[in-house]
Amino acid sequence: MVCSMATAAEEVKKQKAKEYENYVKSVTPRHNLFKNMGFAFVSGGIICTLGQMIMNFCKNQGMDSETCGSWTSLCLIFLSVLLTGLNIYPKLAKWGGAGTLVPITGFANSVASPAIEYQKEGQIFGIGCKIFTIAGPVILYGILTSALLGVIYYLMKMWGIV
Amino acid sequence: MMSREEGRKEQTRGKQSIQFSHAVHILSGASIVGKKEGEGPLGKYFDVVGEEDGLFGCQCWEEAESVLQKEAVTMAIRKAKLEKWEIRTIYAGDLLAQTIASSFGIIGFDIPVYGLYGACATMGEALSLSSMAVAAGYGNYVVAVTSSHYGSAEKEFRFPLGYGNQRPLSASWTVTGSGACILGRSGGKARITGITTGKIIDYGLKDSLNMGACMAPAACDTIYQNLMDFNRMPGDYDKIITGDLGEVGQKILFDLLREKGFDIEKQHIDCGMKIYDKEKQDTHAGGSGCGCSAVTFVSYVLPKIETGEWKRVLFVPTGALLSKVSYNEGQSVPGIAQAVVVEHC
Repeated sequence: MVCSMATAAEEVKKQKAKEYENYVKSVTPRHNLFKNMGFAFVSGGIICTLGQMIMNFCKNQGMDSETCGSWTSLCLIFLSVLLTGLNIYPKLAKWGGAGTLVPITGFANSVASPAIEYQKEGQIFGIGCKIFTIAGPVILYGILTSALLGVIYYLMKMWGIV
Repeated sequence: MMSREEGRKEQTRGKQSIQFSHAVHILSGASIVGKKEGEGPLGKYFDVVGEEDGLFGCQCWEEAESVLQKEAVTMAIRKAKLEKWEIRTIYAGDLLAQTIASSFGIIGFDIPVYGLYGACATMGEALSLSSMAVAAGYGNYVVAVTSSHYGSAEKEFRFPLGYGNQRPLSASWTVTGSGACILGRSGGKARITGITTGKIIDYGLKDSLNMGACMAPAACDTIYQNLMDFNRMPGDYDKIITGDLGEVGQKILFDLLREKGFDIEKQHIDCGMKIYDKEKQDTHAGGSGCGCSAVTFVSYVLPKIETGEWKRVLFVPTGALLSKVSYNEGQSVPGIAQAVVVEHC
């Protein structure tokens, strides 16, 4: 009896929370999705074009495609870290949104910014422990996923599927 | 002669309020803010405005915030024409974990301290407790002080400052600043005549970037209770001043109070909406943090009460009760609001 009453009260509470959430949604202003998508398309496009330019330049220098790729990543990461240090990247990201988040520059920013912020807490407990607070999940689950895919690829190869 | 028990009863009002038999006087108030706040609409009212980097000559945000508290208290004591040793107790609070900004800010004063945490409602809590202490005769002069800092708050609750992301339009901007008040048994042109202590109100909302919506129900509850306990109407106050509800929270507060039969649109102002120019300063919903209500109160509201432009105001700082841990563990964001009745005298 007590238990069922408790559940009934819980239900009412949940119902009320849902109602309030819907009401809050209706009065809270939101960013314009299409405008944001447009900005993301342009900013992401600019970063990728820049990458392509670096790539073409390297190719013209007579490098093989793997070396070209490495140089491209390296240059973009350097640029992003530099702009983060100069406090320019957050301003670009405010405007560009996902366009600056998704490319490798966003990843570099997510590693560089904690390094700057936590530097005051020391080399070990500050930078050392906290540098991957934002990028950590990407690294962990990225490695995990590639390991899993590797196993699947191995098995498929063993059974002659690929 | 009145017994002790009756004496105690005499000062409580209704369910959650106290009406002091001898009002507690606000002798002085002082504020120090960052550059962005100094450039806002209230810029000219603040005592000291900091420089661009927000570090106030320190190495890190936390230390800077401590300096803010130290400066605010020092200035308030000086303005009240008192000496440090005349202060009986300091009631201090901030937003950082274990309230380190307060601890390290007032460490040098050599004055007994109560450290407080009430999220962004801490100034209301500090004023409530310190006025209770003075009213009860536990000190001739006490200090109420709170602070917040944009850098340290972002670090504590959100992301490193250099991290590029888009803030939603409902998000608020933590005020860099500290405000301090000296309370005493007599003197000054403003006095605290009563308080209403807030309850923790949870409407189950989990969006930590829409704190106005999380806190509005608490503000509604405390304001409603204040009106009930003192048997007043909104019109009995010249202003009803909430802490940091912002645009979204204000609208919700109006709606919720209207449901209870009260309309406060004429009286209401929100410190968070006053402190920044939303269009020019890109602060979205408004200012927040326990420095927001503190600096707005001591530098903008208090002088208007002292001159008699406003005869009676209800000051209601609002707080959202969350930490990074509670948020990550899926808890909702409950709110709290502490009300203080301040009158001209």
